[in-house]
Amino acid sequence: MDIRLEQASLHWQHHCVFSELNLELPEGQWTSILGQSGVGKSSLLQLLCGIADDADIKGRILCSDGLPLQGRVAWMAQQDLLLPWLSVLDNVLLAARLQGNRLSPGEVERARYLLSQVQLADRAEARPDQLSGGQRQRVALARTLFQDQPLVCMDEPFSALDAITRLKLQDLAVQLLADRTVLMITHDPLEALRLSDRILVLQGHPARLSEAIEPSGSVPRAIDAPEVLHHQARLLKQLAQETI
Amino acid sequence: MMRLLRPLIITLGLLVIWQLVVWLTHAPRFILPGPLLVLETLFSQFPLLMKHAAVTLVEILLGLLLGTLLGLMSALSLVTWGSLRRWLLPVLVVSQAIPVFALAPVLMLWLGYGMASKVAMATLIIYFPVTAACFDGLRQTPAGYLQLARTLGASRRAQLLQIRLPAALPAFGSGLRVATSVAPIGAVVGEWVGSSTGLGYLMLNANARMQVDLMFAALLVLAVMALALYFSVNLIARRLTPWLSESTSSNFRGNSI
Repeated sequence: MDIRLEQASLHWQHHCVFSELNLELPEGQWTSILGQSGVGKSSLLQLLCGIADDADIKGRILCSDGLPLQGRVAWMAQQDLLLPWLSVLDNVLLAARLQGNRLSPGEVERARYLLSQVQLADRAEARPDQLSGGQRQRVALARTLFQDQPLVCMDEPFSALDAITRLKLQDLAVQLLADRTVLMITHDPLEALRLSDRILVLQGHPARLSEAIEPSGSVPRAIDAPEVLHHQARLLKQLAQETI
Repeated sequence: MMRLLRPLIITLGLLVIWQLVVWLTHAPRFILPGPLLVLETLFSQFPLLMKHAAVTLVEILLGLLLGTLLGLMSALSLVTWGSLRRWLLPVLVVSQAIPVFALAPVLMLWLGYGMASKVAMATLIIYFPVTAACFDGLRQTPAGYLQLARTLGASRRAQLLQIRLPAALPAFGSGLRVATSVAPIGAVVGEWVGSSTGLGYLMLNANARMQVDLMFAALLVLAVMALALYFSVNLIARRLTPWLSESTSSNFRGNSI
């Protein structure tokens, strides 16, 4: 299903961060929003996830199937948010555990399968604190996939990782999230260019969304592809204007 | 190896200094008995000491149990019902201005000279630290955990039981540690004010009869008991929160002794 966000506005400490913002999320496409911190991109994402409460954000969310979006979004944050008292497997199963029902064998099997997809099948019984940062984020990815929701929202999911781990995890995420509707927030143009079908830039006072950039070629794109490098330079210049 | 030896060396050193002070000052045995004399009394009076220690131990354990349960329940209700918090929290804080020791005579009057008044003392003295620690722990759940739970469609009940409560375990553990170190004080003070058994009674009685060696022996038993309790609770608390890194918990251990 396609998702449309209409007339979104965010006020923070009596000043307008953005207003009358429209965002289109076509089905099966990976959309990225680039922007500096403080431009309200995280709030935008939290509005879609139904967890925006501290800031004064409003907006109308429309799904092409006519049902509300509430409860149909999987959220992946910058921090892995793994619960330290649960095993890796139980963290992947968190959505099922929080419903309070007994876990079915099918659910456990699916969680184990997803863990094998993120190459952590052998660490299922470990505690999160026994894993490295990259491994923890892979568990978070498996937990997000386990939810199996029509929209996946990711808030700078790889920014806390070192460069090499980040590249590897990006490849894994593209592979596992293929054909899903994804919205990713990032401040890294390269990340957006490698992974997305559509890239939007959120900037200005009040902030507005730019025209979508739609790079060609299949994802994940090579870091040295001429088109990627060309867009990266342009986007970096465009983002740098803002900060001065 | 050194870590095991160090406490032993410190203990031996202190005992030697103690014995030296006794020798050098020629203190009479009813003012300051030497460590050897205290040990001798400890062995000769062992059945008597154990009889009274058992009473005190039961008082401490019952006080710990009651105080912890009450504290945990209070913290949970304070977190669950916001309006209750506005009414009850100021009362709780103000009530802390009353020294619990000052209440001991009243408790004797109400609950009698038996065990109930001592258990009440121990319960009262640990109630507030446990409540405060649990309340803080339950309130300071990382916001990300709760947001994640909301996107996963968790009910308020599931959030409380599966997110906030386990996230409060480290704070609960420190509350329990504090409670364990003050609970013996409550029980012993209760015994001082009025009782016919318990280590506190024995110490007061021995003091009045100039049996200072017996008093020291009782003190030794009390100290060993309190330490054993503390380390057991510390062990349980660490088992409950295995994800807390070894360095922070050993830090804690170092600070709290």
